[in-house]
Amino acid sequence: MKEIRLISPLNESDVRNLSIGDVIYLSGRVYQILGPGSTKAMEYAKRKEKLPFELENGVICHIYSSIKKINKDWKLNYAGVSTSTYLPIEPNFIRNYKIRALIGKGGVGKETIDAMKEVGCVYLAFTGGCAALFTTRVKGLEAIHWEDTPERVIAFKVEALGPLIVGIDARGNSVYEKIDDEVKKRLLKIRIMPSTV
Amino acid sequence: MPITERMVADLCAGLYEKALKTLPSDVMEALRKAEEKETEPIAKRIIASIIENVKMAEESDLVVCQDTGLPSYFFKIGTKSNIVGDLKKAIAEGTLKITQDLPLIPHCYHCITGFNPGTNLGERVPVVHFDIIPEAEYIEVTAAPIEGGGEFFNAFKNFRGLTRPDPIEFVKKFVIDTIASAGGRPCPPLIVGIGIGTSFDKVTMIAREASIRPLNIRHPDPFIRKIEDELLATINKLGIGPMGMGGDTTALAVNIETGHNGPCRPVAIKIQCWAAMKASARIYSDGTVVYL
Repeated sequence: MKEIRLISPLNESDVRNLSIGDVIYLSGRVYQILGPGSTKAMEYAKRKEKLPFELENGVICHIYSSIKKINKDWKLNYAGVSTSTYLPIEPNFIRNYKIRALIGKGGVGKETIDAMKEVGCVYLAFTGGCAALFTTRVKGLEAIHWEDTPERVIAFKVEALGPLIVGIDARGNSVYEKIDDEVKKRLLKIRIMPSTV
Repeated sequence: MPITERMVADLCAGLYEKALKTLPSDVMEALRKAEEKETEPIAKRIIASIIENVKMAEESDLVVCQDTGLPSYFFKIGTKSNIVGDLKKAIAEGTLKITQDLPLIPHCYHCITGFNPGTNLGERVPVVHFDIIPEAEYIEVTAAPIEGGGEFFNAFKNFRGLTRPDPIEFVKKFVIDTIASAGGRPCPPLIVGIGIGTSFDKVTMIAREASIRPLNIRHPDPFIRKIEDELLATINKLGIGPMGMGGDTTALAVNIETGHNGPCRPVAIKIQCWAAMKASARIYSDGTVVYL
């Protein structure tokens, strides 16, 4: 278990050097793009269109956030990670925009992993339910795109966001797959003992 | 002086907020013990980050989890308490107040269209359960918002309950299979609330009660207690671990509640993630509020 500090935007070779189980603390810019209203961004990926913001070498997050506008400035109330498989990612999204890391919980599907291997992208698991930890590592809201729609994209500035655990590395190794296989094996071995009644 | 609508509304708002921003001490204690015992370094790290998160929530006045739940309350009404006004209206008002003040991301959708009114209120929401306390001069209120993650994996099954009932091993297997198939998705470490017996409608209710029962309170029947221990040990042998990333800590506790049944023995499983949101208080007829 290595502990590594990284700054986003990330570079491909740093990302390819990461292995499952490494612990990351991330600073720099991360995007909330894979929230409840992510379909618009996914449509851009399907049409291979250029997005109105720069994502190359960027980090995107599966998060729910509550923000409020005070005068003209947006402020974060709280944010925390959501289950990635409930908010599907177009594999082409990762390919087209050269995404280097996804932050979420629970991992992603096989097609997404294939795209991650090609591009050089990792899946970073943030602990589910830890909204206070996430929120206190956010140092500002850099930009909001598509502001008045549910599809809005938020660029957060974070400092030492973590611990983020590499759940899927850029070689396609997956903690989730490993654990799933292990659980299946152990389940077969478990014999429920008869009770004394 | 009676208990008024305003008092109940304020209490509901206060308890909902407390449930969101703190973690009950019994759950914290179980997390600390789990961190100490955990042998997998990644799992240990995840549990440590959960404990740090709860501290940060307290220090920075933030919610513990961004899933602030479907609003839900348990009301136990003392038969000697003096209440004026509409209790249900008061509960809705308090819920709306905290939803707007904090503000919360409301997770209350129309059951067919999926429309979110944005108020955290809806048909039969807040989900409220009423009970009575004989002779008491107070109302006891528990706010226990229902998080979405675990709720997806709740399960129900009927077993034979006649004079020659299905062996209890069938029930144990049902529990283990349910936890194994949920894997890391409900955000383990989990609290597993199980209802055994009673009826179709009551068993899910006692499973929920089991899931909010303090983790250091065990079932009074030694035979049931043994099943709780056995199930906890077996679940933690599955190796799912915190957040499904492997380890010894898949569940913090297995709590069972039981009741007699007819020819059919229903079993319900309520899966609760580690962020076990709950807060309780008593409000007396003179307006005094005592947080429990």
